[in-house]
Amino acid sequence: MSGQTVPVDYSGHMLDLDEDEDLEVFSKKAPVADGNPMPNSPSSMVNQFRLEEDEPQDVNAKDLFITVDNPESHITAIETFIMYRVLTKTTRSEFDSSEYEVHRRYQDFLWLRSRLEETHPTLIVHPLPEKFVMKGMVERFNDDFIHTRRKALHRFLNKISEHPILSYNQHFKVFLTAEELTSHRKQGPGFLSRMGETVRAVANTVRGLKSRPEEFAAMQEYVDDFSNKICTVDKVTQRIIKEEREYLDELKQYGPMYGQWAESEGNLAEPLKAVASCVERCGKETEEHAHHLSEVLVPTLHEYILCAETLKAVMRRRDHIQAEFEAKNEALASRKSEQEALQEEVDGLSDRMEGSNEALKGDWFRWKAGMRTDLKSAFVSSAEKNVDYYEKCLAVWESFLLSQRAESSDQQDGEDVS
Amino acid sequence: MAEDGRDELLGTDGDSEPLVAGRSLRHKGVEQGCSLLRRMEICVAEAEKRSGRNTVNMQEIFTVYLIETRSMEAVSEGHNSAPDSLWRRYSEFELLRSYLIVTYPHVVVAPLPEKRAEFVWHKLSADNMDPDFVERRRVGLENFLVRVASHSVLSNDKILYHFLTEEHGWREVVYETGFQAKAESRLRALSATFRVRNTDKRFMDMKHYSDELQSHTSQLLRARARVADRLYGVFKVHGNYGRVFSEWSAIEKEMGDGLQSAGHHMDAYAASIDDILEEEEHYADQLKEYLSYAEALRAVCRKHELTQFELEMASQDLISKKQQREELATGIVRTFSFKGMTNKLFGQEAPEQREARLKLLEELIAEGEDTVKEKTVECQEHVERAWVDMQRFEEQKDKDLREALINYAVMQISMCKKGIQVWSNAKECFIKM
Repeated sequence: MSGQTVPVDYSGHMLDLDEDEDLEVFSKKAPVADGNPMPNSPSSMVNQFRLEEDEPQDVNAKDLFITVDNPESHITAIETFIMYRVLTKTTRSEFDSSEYEVHRRYQDFLWLRSRLEETHPTLIVHPLPEKFVMKGMVERFNDDFIHTRRKALHRFLNKISEHPILSYNQHFKVFLTAEELTSHRKQGPGFLSRMGETVRAVANTVRGLKSRPEEFAAMQEYVDDFSNKICTVDKVTQRIIKEEREYLDELKQYGPMYGQWAESEGNLAEPLKAVASCVERCGKETEEHAHHLSEVLVPTLHEYILCAETLKAVMRRRDHIQAEFEAKNEALASRKSEQEALQEEVDGLSDRMEGSNEALKGDWFRWKAGMRTDLKSAFVSSAEKNVDYYEKCLAVWESFLLSQRAESSDQQDGEDVS
Repeated sequence: MAEDGRDELLGTDGDSEPLVAGRSLRHKGVEQGCSLLRRMEICVAEAEKRSGRNTVNMQEIFTVYLIETRSMEAVSEGHNSAPDSLWRRYSEFELLRSYLIVTYPHVVVAPLPEKRAEFVWHKLSADNMDPDFVERRRVGLENFLVRVASHSVLSNDKILYHFLTEEHGWREVVYETGFQAKAESRLRALSATFRVRNTDKRFMDMKHYSDELQSHTSQLLRARARVADRLYGVFKVHGNYGRVFSEWSAIEKEMGDGLQSAGHHMDAYAASIDDILEEEEHYADQLKEYLSYAEALRAVCRKHELTQFELEMASQDLISKKQQREELATGIVRTFSFKGMTNKLFGQEAPEQREARLKLLEELIAEGEDTVKEKTVECQEHVERAWVDMQRFEEQKDKDLREALINYAVMQISMCKKGIQVWSNAKECFIKM
């Protein structure tokens, strides 16, 4: 797993990592209860936890554990919003304490992420769940929406905590530890506004990029293709869920008809009622299956759709950095005066470009490995659930057959039942 | 549970291939006694398209079915001789059944397979020429013949025997029986239903049951078709996984192989539903048979209403004639009659006329008494025989439908096993990603 080692030439981002092997291993926090009665979500959470634990983190034995839970509605005169509890447990020396409990709202997460991107423009910062859900009339504070968002926020913080560089970011530490975030948020201009400036600046000088280095060209192509594919997989999955739900609706009408028929029958009533019960039980399994898809596969796919967008943005930023350098470089070539000052600028931009490229290259491998792990795990889990579904239905019908064989006093020949 | 005829069929001689095709080998409740099926083996072996001119001289294409018969002696003696065979089309089966219904109104006569495909889920063709439909109809026709030929009463019928053995001129022979004249008009039957007074409670209960049976089986068939439709959708969407995984695998290095092979399994999964649902059609056919049987059962009950009604009418007629005689004899008019009125207006009639009328009445009364006797016997016989056959039917129905439910469960199990296999394979592929 080559992606796991920390690339050594992160100029300016070099960190001393804690190589202490005797780290106390924290027991995994119990799966967060979020008031959702559905039985599957805790186990899927545990799966995610387990996998992150199993991943050989090399020098980064996991020493930072974060959970997001307890969504609570806060109502003020001006607005209503949800506060999430963020619990941190750590052994890192940079932290004054080993446990922290803070409360954060979605805006705070947005702030954190923009800070991270601004500090590390060509690192791949895991995406946040979307601000709004586009389709349908989903209320902002509908339970499903909050449940999904909370899980995604939890994923986000854990992804950051696993990142060899980002997890040591100052803003990240503040986010996890500060009681009050508002004072910290006011510092410095937002990256986005700076980004706007850069875009305009580049646009003004634009000749387009001279040429993208080959590896980044390949990366760009991959990102575009990947984005397409993952979107399609997501669409297909959503469609399957929809079809399954419609199938379930029909089953719910179909099953009881056997029961109704049984009411006008004598000897036939018992097997008819048994079939009605079988259909009902299979219906329950179908419901559970559709739910599992929604809880495990869909969020993961969705996350990687957002990742694809993040990657595109990262590539754009890298391109801009290169463009800025090239623009200044050309200015240097054409100007006669101010050569020294310009040369210094150009050198600075050149260093920045090289640093950014290296950072991206390193993080790219890391990201790909993570993507592979996450998607593989989600697909494996879904396939397992399918097997489980069919096994349960099989058991239902087999028990029916058994009951009928026990019932029949006339001997059925072996041949009329395969 | 094999009835004896079948046992001989299956037990003998490994050389002689049972003519009955595949899964249509169903064990029907065969009556003791000399049913036709004990004497000969019957099957509907093939179907073929023919073209010809119909009654309005237009060219049409129709399907004919090959009926093969072999005497049981030939089978048990191990003769590998070719069976006798002839071709019949669906309309001839219909004619046979109409004849049997009219001629044996106390029997719940087995139904024919549906004329047109009904309760179709959308993917399945509603086309009568569709090979799957023709095949299922072939099975249904054979089932019909086997049921009829194993019935203790029907199996002795000459027309049935003729149908199975003589290809040409059969229609004429049937028409010559004049059975069509005996067929009841729907109006008469309906009228009887409304106006009859003293019906046998068991028959009324059975009639009510036939309504229930019809309603439940048709509802179930409709719902099943909808379920099949939906299930089809679920499976087929997985084909899209196949395609996108294949495309995606092209851009991945380590993940490529796993994705590619998983995609193949998704394609296989999507394709598997076609066979699964085609198989389920056989279950639907079993339900359809009993949907049609409900109609046959009701017909027997209606016949009871009719015979009972005719008896009541005849009795009523006899009573009124006797009353008329009394009035004529005593001169006391109790009932209104035209004659009575004209007598009042134009004066009494002459004694000779009265004598003549009395004499006529006596004859009519004698006839009427015979009629009442006849009708009483007819009604009584029908009640007795029909009750026996309805019991037989009920036993057969319980057994057949229970078997159908078991078959349904077997199909579900088979589908589940396939699902387990495909997804286990897919899981292995994902693990290799």
